[in-house]
Amino acid sequence: MNLLLLLGIPLLTGLLVLLVSTKVQVRWVSFVGATAQLIASFLLFFAFRTEIADQNTAQFLFEVDYTLIESFNIHFHLGVDGISVAMILLTSFVVVAGILVSWNIEKMTKEFYFLLILLSLGAYGFFLSLDLFVLFFFLEMAVIPKYLLIGIWGSGKKDYSANKLALMLMGGSALILVGMLGLYFIGGHEFNIVHLSKLTISTDYQHLIFPFLFLGFGVFTALFPFHTWVPDGHSSAPTAGSMFLAGISMKLGGYGCLRVAIYLLPEGAKEYAHIIIVLSSIAILYGAFVTMMQKDLKYMNAYSSISHVGFSLLAMAMLTQTAITGALMQMISHGLMTALFFAVIGMIYDRTHTRMVDEMGGLMKTMPFITTVFFLVGFCSLGLPGLSGFVAEMTVFVGSWQVDDWFHRAATIAAIMSIVVTAVYILRAIGSTAMGPIKNPSFATLKDATWNEKLAAVILLIGIIGIGIAPSWLSNLLKPAAEIITNRIMGK
Amino acid sequence: MPNVLNILLIPLLPFVNFLLLGLFGKTYLKKSAPIIGTVLMLASAFLAFQTAYEYFFVYGKVGEVYQQLMPLKLTWLVFAPGMQIDMGLMIDPISVMMLIVVTFISLMVHLYSLGYMKGDGRIATYYSFLGLFTFSMLGLVLATNIFQMYIFWELVGVSSFLLIGYYYDKPSAVAACKKAFIVTRFADFGFLIGILTFAYCGGSFDIPTLISALTSPDSNELKTAIGYSFVGVSAISWGAILIFIGGAGKSAMFPLHIWLPDAMEGPTPVSALIHAATMVVAGVYLVARLFPIFSIAAPAVLEIVGWVGVISAVIAAIIACTQTDIKRVLAYSTMSQIGFMMFALGVAKYGGEAGLGFTASLFHLFTHAIFKALLFLGAGAVIHYVHSNEMKDMGGLRKNMPITHTCFLIACLAIAGVPPFAGFFSKEEILLAAFHHNRVIYYIALFTSGLTAFYMFRLYFSIFWNREHSAHDSAHQDHARHGEGGWVMMLPLVLLAIGSAVAGFVPFGHFISSDNQILELPFHLLFSIAPVLIGITGITIALIMYKTSNDLPAKWSAQLNGMYQLAYHKFYIDELYLLLTKKVIFNLIGNASAWIDQHIVNAMINAAGTITQQFSEAIKKLQSGKVQQYGIYFFTSVIIIVVVLIYVWN
Repeated sequence: MNLLLLLGIPLLTGLLVLLVSTKVQVRWVSFVGATAQLIASFLLFFAFRTEIADQNTAQFLFEVDYTLIESFNIHFHLGVDGISVAMILLTSFVVVAGILVSWNIEKMTKEFYFLLILLSLGAYGFFLSLDLFVLFFFLEMAVIPKYLLIGIWGSGKKDYSANKLALMLMGGSALILVGMLGLYFIGGHEFNIVHLSKLTISTDYQHLIFPFLFLGFGVFTALFPFHTWVPDGHSSAPTAGSMFLAGISMKLGGYGCLRVAIYLLPEGAKEYAHIIIVLSSIAILYGAFVTMMQKDLKYMNAYSSISHVGFSLLAMAMLTQTAITGALMQMISHGLMTALFFAVIGMIYDRTHTRMVDEMGGLMKTMPFITTVFFLVGFCSLGLPGLSGFVAEMTVFVGSWQVDDWFHRAATIAAIMSIVVTAVYILRAIGSTAMGPIKNPSFATLKDATWNEKLAAVILLIGIIGIGIAPSWLSNLLKPAAEIITNRIMGK
Repeated sequence: MPNVLNILLIPLLPFVNFLLLGLFGKTYLKKSAPIIGTVLMLASAFLAFQTAYEYFFVYGKVGEVYQQLMPLKLTWLVFAPGMQIDMGLMIDPISVMMLIVVTFISLMVHLYSLGYMKGDGRIATYYSFLGLFTFSMLGLVLATNIFQMYIFWELVGVSSFLLIGYYYDKPSAVAACKKAFIVTRFADFGFLIGILTFAYCGGSFDIPTLISALTSPDSNELKTAIGYSFVGVSAISWGAILIFIGGAGKSAMFPLHIWLPDAMEGPTPVSALIHAATMVVAGVYLVARLFPIFSIAAPAVLEIVGWVGVISAVIAAIIACTQTDIKRVLAYSTMSQIGFMMFALGVAKYGGEAGLGFTASLFHLFTHAIFKALLFLGAGAVIHYVHSNEMKDMGGLRKNMPITHTCFLIACLAIAGVPPFAGFFSKEEILLAAFHHNRVIYYIALFTSGLTAFYMFRLYFSIFWNREHSAHDSAHQDHARHGEGGWVMMLPLVLLAIGSAVAGFVPFGHFISSDNQILELPFHLLFSIAPVLIGITGITIALIMYKTSNDLPAKWSAQLNGMYQLAYHKFYIDELYLLLTKKVIFNLIGNASAWIDQHIVNAMINAAGTITQQFSEAIKKLQSGKVQQYGIYFFTSVIIIVVVLIYVWN
């Protein structure tokens, strides 16, 4: 399968969106483009599985390599392993759903959709790249649209949030750039991830470079204490913006932490694993407790994202194969779940014009579909079996429990403890919005979801339930790639 | 050999019910939903009985030992080599016994709900939730893998949540369902770590593999597990304690019982199914399932199981004597009876005669499921009739509800341990096991069975006798037409009443014992005199106090004022929890975290922005655009550099 197709479809969609004239055309072009991309992602997935079944043992499949700038040794080098395939699938699910829930955006529709597609193009490129420079290029491409999305279509204190988000992410990018150049020069002018991974880099140098890369990507994935852009950014962003932010952008960071920082600098990872574990355990528990105190649904989900993303960082730092597989599964699961969560919150807000938990109540009576989805996504968040959150969290816990010293045990127990707190805040949110008597009489006449909202929810639910009921396909997809990473850590 | 498809269909039919009614119940199947649910459940129950018959009488026994069979085991998720979650079917005496209990009680409840829930607008949803619950409970019972058990354990938890909160617009129901879920979640936190510890010790999640690894005396796993300790307790004991915490949460053992009385907010048939007969005994089933590990590798934990059980039994019985909501009385009585099952396990040992407590515990589980479901369904019929849960709104109902009255009386006699009803036999064996292994537990249990007889007959007399119902009779003329709720409600009552009367005659030791060999249950006439006498004393006191309306109850409760208040307020345990969660967790931890996030972490980031801004504000004056000023900067700089070069450099 030619990987250029996966960049070509969003690029073409973006151009077409600029060319067509009416809002209806913009919507349909975007929707068709995103759906085509979803199909292409599935084709990639099946092609990948076929190759694996045919005993293709190459680390990266379907490689494409064009020289971009000869003198700097920069290549347009693409290739996929199990991790990238899973991330691309996740992205295409979220993009289709995001486009569907934005159906009623009337303000500057064309620009809005164009930015969404540009953001998705950045994400696809990022997950496909095997050249650090190109990877960085796509990472930046995914940042800029977020600033505009929040700044123009946002709500609340949108200027502050947009600035904060863009500046913090830019700060992260700067750190990444430093680390990247560090690798480039030590590797003899090399940006190629495959070549860099074969390189023996001295332990001291790894200790020096690792923090730049990990912190840089960590900011993207809400590493404590650099998570403060998340609550403000999410709450000010338009619905699709929040979905993309939590469902895709935060995953760019997690992917970078693993693929670039940990994989290329295993000695650095070992050196700093303890610190990462402490920070992510704090993020998990503290994030959960802060979530418990929130009254605004969007803030609630933003803080719960910090807690949930903490699971993937924690598991990565455990450095065992099962834990890393769990970290990746958690990223996928959280991406689908949180996108759906924001979608549902958006649907509720569009109708009730409030996001405050204590102003709602009894919504189940008037919006059975929306509240059912709200229940399901809440259950996914608190780790109910049958939904994706459970399998991801359990893989993280089992993988973390394999490291048998007291420090790792204590961190794992702290992480597991958060499932209780999660249950508290999820049930509080569900209990006071969907259940209970109808507080506000004007809510008695609200309408249930429209076709586009239903379709968006169903698409994401298919992902969530598909992973939850049959997790082995995802686990088997990720495990070989996780094994390569752990082998490198073990020094094999 | 077992018929895999038949066994597989037992849990799958209720699941089909859940999917079908969950997806299409509201739109296409509104009328037929209850019938579809009941028919599917009937088929499932039929297959369960068939399986049980074939297992116990055709293929199950090889020689004198019942075999543990796993006709189906599919790999669901592999974590690491050896560590995997399988989805399978476990067929052995206790799981087959549970199949009968769960499907039978569930079928009765499905049937009963046809009448009880008639006219409810969301009846399709109700039946789909019942299907989800039955599926999950059956999956739990049939689990071959401890993680599979955990998965279904969580699913029964969520179905319980959904059904308690069925009347979702009632704030009390919402609070109750949240409470039930969160308290059991807290216990599951222990369960999960217990699973991880067990798997770490035994190297597997597979139950038979775990048991053999952790119980054979020469296994390396057991030696390491006992050797490896934390604060003086071996890893295996930690694992067992934590798993027991999970079981105690679901089985409403003290001090994790606070959710059960509130769970009575759910529709009454649901209370009968989930919060009396099946889900709440999951903890007992869990300990029984892993019994060899508890008994051989962690005997000290079994001791704890025994004490927790007996303390729960007596506390719940005392509280039950003072409650006035009939469903709450039954809830506390459930807690008390599960306490009996728990301590029976606690006083048992693996293998042979010493395993009497094990058999007795499951025997009580079996009989209790029948008579307690009957009590709840009977109470449901009463509530249906008087539209109230409070004892004071009832009285003299025996003439109005003759069938309910007879059935309820049989159930009360059964739970009070009056021979020859079912409860007598099972309680007798429990007391016997306690008598031989731990006298203190025995005496407390004896006292508790006296209390049981008292509060059950207090309930019975208050509902069906006491003051004659003349004033209300006219108001109930309308109800007289639908009377006791029609045959769909009465048939389950009658069937369960027959069960409560005869279930005690099942030679239970022939089917279930700790080591799957035949155990002849001992029966001593002399021994049973004490419990029966105590039971009859309890009934007599209740008769004097509550058969006719008099001032004895008021007088006695006034005399016992302090004790009475304490028991009436459930020993203030709820208030204690409220204090802990509200003050400590919400105010101290939650608020503090939120404050730190806003005022420290976020402030730091904002400060970074502000400092940058003010710094550039300060230095922007340098860029004034005036050439003269730039000239001064230039020449001053040149002079400074020259001076530095000349004097400092050399």
